[in-house]
Amino acid sequence: MIDTFVIPLLKILIVLFAGVLPAVTYMVLLERKVIAWAQSRLGPMRVGPYGVLQPVADAIKLILKEDITPTKADRWVFTAAPIISMVPALIVYAVIPFGPTVNLFGRPVSLYITDVNVGLLYVVSVASVGVYGIILAGYASNSKFPLLASLRASAQLISYEVAVTLTLVSVILMTGTLSMVGIVNAQYNAHVWLAFVQPVAFVIFFIGSLAETNRAPFDLPEAEQELTGGFHTEYSGMRFALFFLAEYANMIVVSSVATTLFWGGWLRPFPNIAMLHFLDVLPSWMWFLLKSFVFLYVFIWVRATLPRYRYDQLMRLGWKVLIPLAIANLLVTGIVKVMLL
Amino acid sequence: MAQAIAFYTLAAFILGFAVLVVTTKDTVHSVLFLVLDFLFVAALYVLLNAPFLAVIQVLVYAGGIVVLYLFVVMLVNLKRPPEAHRDPHRLTKIGFGLSAAVLVELGAIVVSGYMKTSPVVAAATETMPVTGNTEQVGWLLYTSYLIPFEIASMLLLVAMIGAIVLAKREL
Repeated sequence: MIDTFVIPLLKILIVLFAGVLPAVTYMVLLERKVIAWAQSRLGPMRVGPYGVLQPVADAIKLILKEDITPTKADRWVFTAAPIISMVPALIVYAVIPFGPTVNLFGRPVSLYITDVNVGLLYVVSVASVGVYGIILAGYASNSKFPLLASLRASAQLISYEVAVTLTLVSVILMTGTLSMVGIVNAQYNAHVWLAFVQPVAFVIFFIGSLAETNRAPFDLPEAEQELTGGFHTEYSGMRFALFFLAEYANMIVVSSVATTLFWGGWLRPFPNIAMLHFLDVLPSWMWFLLKSFVFLYVFIWVRATLPRYRYDQLMRLGWKVLIPLAIANLLVTGIVKVMLL
Repeated sequence: MAQAIAFYTLAAFILGFAVLVVTTKDTVHSVLFLVLDFLFVAALYVLLNAPFLAVIQVLVYAGGIVVLYLFVVMLVNLKRPPEAHRDPHRLTKIGFGLSAAVLVELGAIVVSGYMKTSPVVAAATETMPVTGNTEQVGWLLYTSYLIPFEIASMLLLVAMIGAIVLAKREL
C-alpha cells in the first residue's frame, strides 16, 4: 500500500512543488540577471536584496492582472491552449532519474518517480504533444500575428524534432535500452559518458533542443520585431504566465534529458576510479542538478551572445545540415557497433 | 474487475470522442477530438500491457500526423458551416453498401477470432528469446512479420517520393 501509492505520490509532490516550480520561477530571475551581467547592467535589484524576491513580485503581478479573452477568439481552445502547453512540460519529470536507489529512513527509495521500459520514447512522445499548445494558442486568438507565429513555431518544432529523435536512436544503439535509468547504468558500465562516444549526436541534440524550446538563436516564434510578441500576443495575466513558465519548464526538461543521456545523469565524474571517491561528498542528485544547471546556464549564455537566425536559415540548418548529419551519425554508429563490438 | 471497469470507461470515451469528431461543426475542434481519441486509444494499449505501442501511438498519431492535419485545417479556412444544398455527386447508396460490407467483414473477424487462435495470439504465445515489450515487438517485426514490415516501409517510401514529385514539378 505504502510502496504503491504513498511514496510515488510523495515523490510527485516533492518533484513538482519543491523542485520544478521554484526552479522555473527562479530560472526567470537567473536569466534576467545573467543577461544583465552580460550587458554590463545590474538586472532586477529593487525587490529584496539583489532582487531575489523579484519572481514573487512577478507572480503577484501576473495573478492580479485582468484576464482578457478577445471577442472573436475561440473561447474553449483559447482557454485550453496554455494548459496544453504546460502539462506535457510537467509530466515528463515522471521518468527523469534524479539519482539511483538510496536508503532513506531504513527503506530503499529510488530517486525517480518511475522507471518505465520505454522511458526515452515517452519523453519524445510527450514533447511532441506539447506542440499543440503553441499551434492552438495562435489559432484560437483569431489574430494574424499569433497565427503567423504559431505556424512558424510548429514548422520549426516538427523539423527539429526529426533530427533530435534520430540522435536519440544512436543513443539507444549505444546503450541497448530505452529506460532512462538503464541508459545511465549503461554509461556506468561502459566507463565513459556518452557525450565522448557520441559527440556529433550530442551537438545535434543540443542545437535541436535550443530550437525545440524556442530559445535564442532560434526564437523566431517570439520575434518581437516582426510578430509583436509571438503566439501569446493576445494572452494576458496568468494564462500568459503559463506559457512563459512552460518555456522554462521545457528548458529544464531538455537540460535534464541531455544530462541523463549524454553526461552520465547522476554519476559523479569518473565513477569507476576509486581514487576519486572523495567526490562522493556530494550526493548523486546534487551531481545531477549541477550538470543540469550547467546546461541551463549555457542556454542563457547563448541567448545573451548570439543573434537570431533568419527563418530560411533556420529551415536550411534543420533539413539540410542537422538531419543528414544525424542520419550519417546513426549509420556510422550502427556499422561500428556491428563491426567492432 | 478493475480492469473491466477501466476498459469499458476507456471504450466509452473512445466511442464518445469518435462521435464528436464526425458531428462537430468546427473543423479544428473535430481535429482536437481526434487527438483526444488517439490519447485514449494509447491508454487502452497501456491497459493491454503494450507500453511500446502506446507510446508510439502518441508519438506518431497524436504528436505527428494530427499536427499536420491541423496545419491543413488551419490554412484552408473551413469556418463557414457546410451549405444545406444537396451534393449531386454524393453516392449515398454505394456508401451504405460499402459500409455494410465492412461491418460484415469486421463481424466475421470477431466471430472467427473466437473460433480458432488467430496468428497474432499464436505469435504472442510463442516463446521468444528476448524479454521486454520493445524487444519483443522488434523481434516479431524482424522474424515472423519481416515481409509485411518491409512492404509497409516500401509503401511509405513510394508515398514520400510521390509527394516530392507532385510538389516539385521540375526536378
